[in-house]
Amino acid sequence: MSEPHARFAMGSAAAAAVKRTATLVPLRKSIGYVARPTSGVAATLETSHPSEPQAHASGAPSENADAPASTTAPAPYDAIPTDSVPTNNISNWKNAQQDPWWVRLTLILVAVTSLVVLVVIPVVNIFYQALSAGLHTYWDNLFNDPDTRHSIWLTLIVAPTAVVANLIFGVAAAWAIARFRFPGRSVLTTLIDLPFAISPVVAGLQLMLLFGLQGYFGPWLREHNIHIIFAVPGLILATMFVTLPFVARELIPVLEAIGPDEELAAVSLGARGWQVLWKITLPNIKWGLLYGILLCNARAMGEFGAVYVVSGHIPGQTQTMPLRVDRLFQGYNTPGSFALASVLMLLALVTLVLKTVLERRTQRELAEAAKLHSPEIES
Amino acid sequence: MPRRVLPGFKLSLGFTLAYLTVMVLIPLAACIAKATTLTTAEFWAAVWTPRARAAYVLTVGASVASAVINVLLGVLLAWVLVRYQFPFKRLFDAIIDLPFALPTAVAGLVYSSLYVENGWLGQYLVPYGIELAYTRSAIVLVLVFTGLPFVVRTLQPVLESVEHEVEEAAAMLGANRWQTFTRVILPLLLPAILTGFALAFARALGEYGSVVFVSGNMPFRTEIASRLVVDRLEEFEYAQATAIAVVLLAISFSTLIVINVLERWSQRSHV
Repeated sequence: MSEPHARFAMGSAAAAAVKRTATLVPLRKSIGYVARPTSGVAATLETSHPSEPQAHASGAPSENADAPASTTAPAPYDAIPTDSVPTNNISNWKNAQQDPWWVRLTLILVAVTSLVVLVVIPVVNIFYQALSAGLHTYWDNLFNDPDTRHSIWLTLIVAPTAVVANLIFGVAAAWAIARFRFPGRSVLTTLIDLPFAISPVVAGLQLMLLFGLQGYFGPWLREHNIHIIFAVPGLILATMFVTLPFVARELIPVLEAIGPDEELAAVSLGARGWQVLWKITLPNIKWGLLYGILLCNARAMGEFGAVYVVSGHIPGQTQTMPLRVDRLFQGYNTPGSFALASVLMLLALVTLVLKTVLERRTQRELAEAAKLHSPEIES
Repeated sequence: MPRRVLPGFKLSLGFTLAYLTVMVLIPLAACIAKATTLTTAEFWAAVWTPRARAAYVLTVGASVASAVINVLLGVLLAWVLVRYQFPFKRLFDAIIDLPFALPTAVAGLVYSSLYVENGWLGQYLVPYGIELAYTRSAIVLVLVFTGLPFVVRTLQPVLESVEHEVEEAAAMLGANRWQTFTRVILPLLLPAILTGFALAFARALGEYGSVVFVSGNMPFRTEIASRLVVDRLEEFEYAQATAIAVVLLAISFSTLIVINVLERWSQRSHV
């Protein structure tokens, strides 16, 4: 019954972290393998014949007794660990994963160029366009436009509210799914994934159908003078829907990996439910939790499609930062829209740095959990 | 079933179910219910107009194109990042995740200004007749950006876990590097490549924020299906908008099912 969770290992970037821990051992091995010392002769020989590795790779030295084969064979004897390596094919062992230098160079150049064009140039361009009219104008664009100021403030309300709601949901869902077995458990995990599959515009439309003036709850809401669509609650609901899976998806694999032992011990010693949660579970999963919050928050702040539908675009009332960027751009205020976009870009860069840090912590959390559990499996 | 020792089962499951019902199931049900208020003829009239057909073709076509490019680029990037050493490698590795962190509207904004005639990149491309601004190619380009991390991040761990013995064996048996790559490594990567493709495709299908900035939203030419839904909504044609939304839902649900099947298959082939 643990298969439904392995599916979480695909898809989100954190899941990649989860998978990576599983491959830590071969990874370490391969690093050690690459870094294994070779004698000077072998090293120079390899660099001097980089374009013909297949000669090394394919050849049994006896087949054609040319110079490289005969000279490479004896050279690295001092570096060979005696256990695993066949002694007559040292050059193969070294070259098997090595590509010719021109292949390496070309591939690296293509990869770096495409990343520069796709990512680096856009990042630099945003800051350039935002600051091109000078720092003073930049400041004016950001903080002396009341509607822009309001959009920043609104985003600071909408995003954290959605994150807190999905945080509570994520912890509850992860606890239920990772700690208990019950019928329909895999259906539940699929349901949690559903918002990822639904186009954000359709998500917004669904809220319109429920709470809009012509919607199913529309008349009742109007009677009681409650505004959801074209108001802040609609923005929050739309953001909540779109970011619903993030925390749960991060937490389920972490909780599964850690296992219930410490919690069982706490319960057997008389701890009550909330004590277990606050004193055992949450401290154990804190990095995974922060990671989920980070991803959730990044998406919540940047959400466009779903809030676009339910916002109504009332300046100074229902425009979050991304919507404000759009309106400024449509209104031909390009410097203003780039100024606000640069703030969002800055947030994204901060998110990226924190993400890298947290990813490493989460990996360590999982690696420690794996270490704790491995003796049990063996015994 | 064994007695549950850990506390909080009913509370956590109950809360989870209630939350999912309110947030996901009721809105979905509303969508379906609204669509069923149309007769079959009305439904088809709404979802099968020439304009809507053009929008579906564009949405699916651009998503496929961008996912294919993402696969090619993703294999290359994952290979380079896992196998080679070069300056600033860790920086390049980190910025691959930027499309996850960056609001798509910001991506759309900057891409829309880079490729116009006097933009940073457009000034070199437009003189040669390569006009990317406000075209279908612009849609594909921005979708390549938003889908960039999926294939790379799915492939990296798999590529790292390929044992070097496999390649050594191939080399010993006389394969050159290209043969080793196409016949030994690529088949190992195939499940991850397919998963990455499906994820990038699914993301591209639903993408809205970046596309509306770069496409110009011309009906029949550069209007994606999501945009058509918004257009119908702005005309207060709720039922028609819902009908198109149901088609979109059907497409994305089938993608989700395919992803699940692929993941199960790739896990089996890994074990």
